[in-house]
Amino acid sequence: MKRTIFLVLISILMVMGLAACGGQALECTDAIGCVEIAPDDPILIASSLVISGPNTDLGLDSQYGVEIAIDFRGELLGHAIELQPEDDGCNAEGGQTSATKIVSNPQIIAMVGTSCSGAGVPAAKIISDNGYAMVSPSNTAPALTDPELHEAGYLRTAHNDKVQGRAMAEYAINELGVTKAAAIHDGDPYTEGLASVFSEAFQELGGEMVAFEAIDANADDVIAPLTTIAAAGPPEFLYYPVFIPLGSLITKQAQEVDGLDGVILAAADGVQSPSFLEAAGDAAEGMYVSGPDLGFGNETYDKFLAAYQEKYGTEPTAPFHAHAFDATNMILDAIEKVAQQADDGTLLIGRQDLRDALFATSGMTGITGTITCDQYGDCADPKIAVSQVQGADFVKIWP
Amino acid sequence: MSSQLDLRNTARVGLLAGVITLGVSAVGMLESFDKRDLIIGLLTLGQLLLFSAPFAAGFLVTRGEDKVDTGEAVVGGAVAGALTAVPLIALILLTLAAPNIRNSLVNVSPELISLLSLGASEIVGSLLLLVGMAVLGVAGAMFHVLPDAIRKPLISGLGWMLGFAILSEVSLNILRPILGRGLMRALFGTKGITPLLAAIIFVVAIGLTIWWSKGGQQRYEDRKAAMSEEQRKQSRRISIGVGIVSLLILPIILGTYLTEVVDNVGLFILMGLGLNIVVGFAGLLDLGYVAFFAIGAYVMGILTSQGDLGIAGMSFWLALPIAVGAAVLAGVTLGIPVLRMRGDYLAIVTLGFGEIIRVLATSDLLKPYIGGAQGILQIGKPTIFGFEMVKPIHFYYLILAGVGLAVFVASRLRDARLGRQWMALREDEDVAEAMGIHLVSTKLLAFGIGAAFSGLAGAIFSARLSSIFPHSFNLLISINVLSLIIVGGIGSLPGVVVGALVLVGLPELLREFAEYRMLLYGALLIAMMIARPEGLWPSPITKREFHAAEEEEALGGVQ
Amino acid sequence: MSQRFKDIDYIGVVLWLFRTAIVVVVLWGTISKLFLEQGNAYTTIDWIDFLIAGLSQGSLYALIALGYTLVYGVLFMINFAHGEFFMSGTMTATIFVALPLSSSGFLDANPILGMLIIIIVAMLVSVGVALLTERVAYRPLRRAPRLVPLITAIGASFFWQYFFRGLYGSTLIPFPELQVLVGKWTVFGIEILKTRAVVMVASVIMLIGLYIFIMRTKTGTAIRAVAEDKDIAALMGIDVDRTISITFATGAAMAGAAGILYGMVFRQVHFFMGFVPGIKAFTAAVLGGIGSIPGAALGGLFLGLIEAVGPPLFLEGLGIPGAHQLKDVIAFTMLVLVLIFRPQGIVGERLAEKKA
Repeated sequence: MKRTIFLVLISILMVMGLAACGGQALECTDAIGCVEIAPDDPILIASSLVISGPNTDLGLDSQYGVEIAIDFRGELLGHAIELQPEDDGCNAEGGQTSATKIVSNPQIIAMVGTSCSGAGVPAAKIISDNGYAMVSPSNTAPALTDPELHEAGYLRTAHNDKVQGRAMAEYAINELGVTKAAAIHDGDPYTEGLASVFSEAFQELGGEMVAFEAIDANADDVIAPLTTIAAAGPPEFLYYPVFIPLGSLITKQAQEVDGLDGVILAAADGVQSPSFLEAAGDAAEGMYVSGPDLGFGNETYDKFLAAYQEKYGTEPTAPFHAHAFDATNMILDAIEKVAQQADDGTLLIGRQDLRDALFATSGMTGITGTITCDQYGDCADPKIAVSQVQGADFVKIWP
Repeated sequence: MSSQLDLRNTARVGLLAGVITLGVSAVGMLESFDKRDLIIGLLTLGQLLLFSAPFAAGFLVTRGEDKVDTGEAVVGGAVAGALTAVPLIALILLTLAAPNIRNSLVNVSPELISLLSLGASEIVGSLLLLVGMAVLGVAGAMFHVLPDAIRKPLISGLGWMLGFAILSEVSLNILRPILGRGLMRALFGTKGITPLLAAIIFVVAIGLTIWWSKGGQQRYEDRKAAMSEEQRKQSRRISIGVGIVSLLILPIILGTYLTEVVDNVGLFILMGLGLNIVVGFAGLLDLGYVAFFAIGAYVMGILTSQGDLGIAGMSFWLALPIAVGAAVLAGVTLGIPVLRMRGDYLAIVTLGFGEIIRVLATSDLLKPYIGGAQGILQIGKPTIFGFEMVKPIHFYYLILAGVGLAVFVASRLRDARLGRQWMALREDEDVAEAMGIHLVSTKLLAFGIGAAFSGLAGAIFSARLSSIFPHSFNLLISINVLSLIIVGGIGSLPGVVVGALVLVGLPELLREFAEYRMLLYGALLIAMMIARPEGLWPSPITKREFHAAEEEEALGGVQ
Repeated sequence: MSQRFKDIDYIGVVLWLFRTAIVVVVLWGTISKLFLEQGNAYTTIDWIDFLIAGLSQGSLYALIALGYTLVYGVLFMINFAHGEFFMSGTMTATIFVALPLSSSGFLDANPILGMLIIIIVAMLVSVGVALLTERVAYRPLRRAPRLVPLITAIGASFFWQYFFRGLYGSTLIPFPELQVLVGKWTVFGIEILKTRAVVMVASVIMLIGLYIFIMRTKTGTAIRAVAEDKDIAALMGIDVDRTISITFATGAAMAGAAGILYGMVFRQVHFFMGFVPGIKAFTAAVLGGIGSIPGAALGGLFLGLIEAVGPPLFLEGLGIPGAHQLKDVIAFTMLVLVLIFRPQGIVGERLAEKKA
């Protein structure tokens, strides 16, 4: 009896399916397949960002960047744009699962993500093996765009740690004229990468690293490690490319340690956000932050910030919303470039074409600068700006 | 009691439903769920959440009476429904009085308010909400007035329809390769199902329920009763065969993504089976179980990595026993210092052990050997006769084999002498020792064997991801594994599977609610433990113990 | 029988080796640090700074650990959600009281009154959350096996964490800085940060207050009676449910107050702030001997101290890079060491024998 009902149901469905399949004109000639979007269907892109756990701030902020980019765009080639948000959990298994989920939906065109480099490694492999493309707004680990390790569908709008860590070392030696520095990382691949690159570059340029310390990211008291650093030198320059909670804690407690009162503080784009300034308060005054040139006063960014505040009721909570915004626009521009359009509005997007278009992105004006991709997927504007906190705002001072 | 409408209770239930809905709204769940369609164009998940509150309140207020008077049900339902709206209206009015409230409560957004006030202005909307919720409360209450013959099919129709809509992603993933694009579009949207599919499910479910209650159930039971012993045995054998075959073809049906989810669940089952030996059989509370998982993963990583950190370039199969062996060694090593510790002292020491392993994996100290924060990359994939295992479906069979082995070992051990010794140890250590049970070896064997399963899971995990980072090995894994064996039913092997499906599989399928997943997970843990403290699939012994306790209580005994 | 003695000897030898290894490493590190002057040269003032940092962190641990110990004393249950009680009160009081009071200038004008108001609000919210959790998640399971309430406690912990994240957002919220507490005091020639001094003094006062409450008042006696034996306490006319609620409330109030002290020292709060201190406080409670109030205090101080002093003293001398990263390794190794010597914790005795 059950089986009969089931059979009847299936045959009804099949008849309907046949009826729905009309004729179609566009033909897919792409080497790794195409996405076909029917006239009323939305253009579907996915995101895989960390939206649960302690790093939620980072990923949610990027996701908002993606959503605003989609809002700003409105429609693309007559189709609505829809986002399927996934969670990368900021770990390898989260990256793997979300990427697998994304590649199991043939309608998804590309992905914005991942947030964390650890999630990015397995995700890049799965996305690439299945012919998709991804643009990460905040992976900075050098390994991901290493010529030997790079996966064919992987791009990023975030800076490679190599560029940013080195830029800060150059600034410290050449512009500030310091010779003794200390660095702190928190065991995250991003911060450890930046701190290591900085320390290598600083020594190469003739400086002396008096301390290279590590603190657990969940630590709530950093007086002890700061005392150790003070006793080691004391350094003239303290570089801690960590995230906001630990960053603001170090900024505040550095004032309270003897021997560190005059030290120059510096961090990276992990803290470049209004919510850091609010949390760190006066202690952050005068510190240096490296990061993309967010073109403060840039019209798009002002519009973006207003939309952000309006839609989510808060100021940006992390620095990578701008990168996510640019990553989304890169994808949307590439889709616009390669999509073939039938008379009835059907779109056909070749996956290899899309990849080629993404890697060919050149001279695109984004919030984070002029975006040009190299063959290994590094798209960020290689110019790093150093800003100083002045009057509770980031003021660009170099170059 | 039965004829008097209990006003206090009505008010309490109504307000409680309202306060819960208020909480759900204030954390942003309502607004974010409103973006998820259940039935496209008709119902969103947010609306379901909002409207089910007064409905449930009305339902609960009139529950538990033999014969429900229609008039009373209407009044009770209306009052309860209207009271549900009161806290929400208070929130709406609060935003009028304090427009800056959003600076503190970030999710009280204009969208939420417009959702709550049903699109109208604040004052009109509040009234609309009040009336609407009262009506829904009445609807909930009227459920009891309906005759059984209508109520049951209606409930099953609604239940199946909504359940299907909520898990639409699962069916979408299964059906996508089978059905054509056009058909898919007729039945599914990008989020949720179309009204057509909803109607089909609703009708089919109602039909089946009516058929079942009108004679199907009777016939099924008659046939079952009429079977001879021989037939019964055969039918059991057939169902076991069907079970095995369906396990084997499962990933083909499920498609890539769901197979990936099942792989995840499988790894947790493997760990759960191991921890079940330590906690469930031997009664040693271990909160640092992730340590052995990490050790298995790192040993596999170092031995098979093609990158700079790889030291041997071994094949997966060669490295596997070494990884498991390392985990066993670690298990025994941890076991020795904690031999004399009991209960919660053991818990905190094992928790510490897990943290020590994680911190060491992250540390600069061991960075030259195991990669520190940058992890180990390019870990080798297993190969069989030159065939490289890369896809989720390949790992499915590997994990299935591992789980099969673990189930076999665990069930044999449970029924063997060692298993009985473990259980004696669990019940009372001193008595067990007095009975001549060798405490040292019994405990160390529990730690060692438990660690072996975890190490195996870790080794597979590492090969599956082909890159590992210390962040993956945090306390949450230990907590998750412990929760799943207790939710499943402590000491029960099928319970581990059920627990893993509910606590790992279900949250994975609800990934789209990421922001609220952990919140729901927490609520689910509490609800399940209160509803079934003995677990979802308890072992026969546990079940007996729980019943014994109940009987004792019924007899008036204390403790 | 003789077989068993042999085994115990064998295990004893292994344990002895284990202890000796830890002690040797610690001593070797200490000697090469202090006498051979490996690594950084610390002055006496540096060492005092480490001590003060450790003691102030430790007194926060102690205050939170009290909640664990009290609840454990009466219910033999690890209340995993205790860190969330700490967080909920602090977040709520910071957002709704501390920030408005600070921006209106009231806090700097009346620092003592202002802080009192903030602390009371934090305590009230923490107590409310604790009572709700007890009522919904723990009370129905009073007679279930002990692992079952452990799981609901874990569930409650997740629930509250993400509930408050949803409510207040996931951003870091600054705790206002009190002008009167900026800078240092000099006590007996030692410079000490004002906030840290206040935390230590306040913790000692609260600890003594709690001790008197438990030992001298009628309610405290009831709590002790329930901890001893619930059934007999009920026969003596004590309302067991109510007493258990009071125990939860007391622990949560301490946690709420500790939260504000935490906010004062670190000047930032967020939804995840309860998790790590919760685990640490649990460790401290076990270290001191779970169920004992002086034990919780001692355990907290010891843990805080070892975390601050351990890395520079034990590890740096051995030339280990990033020593402070390993503070948890030291803390938990010390825990194992202490428990090997004294399986019942530093001062715990009664409870370890009973049922722990």
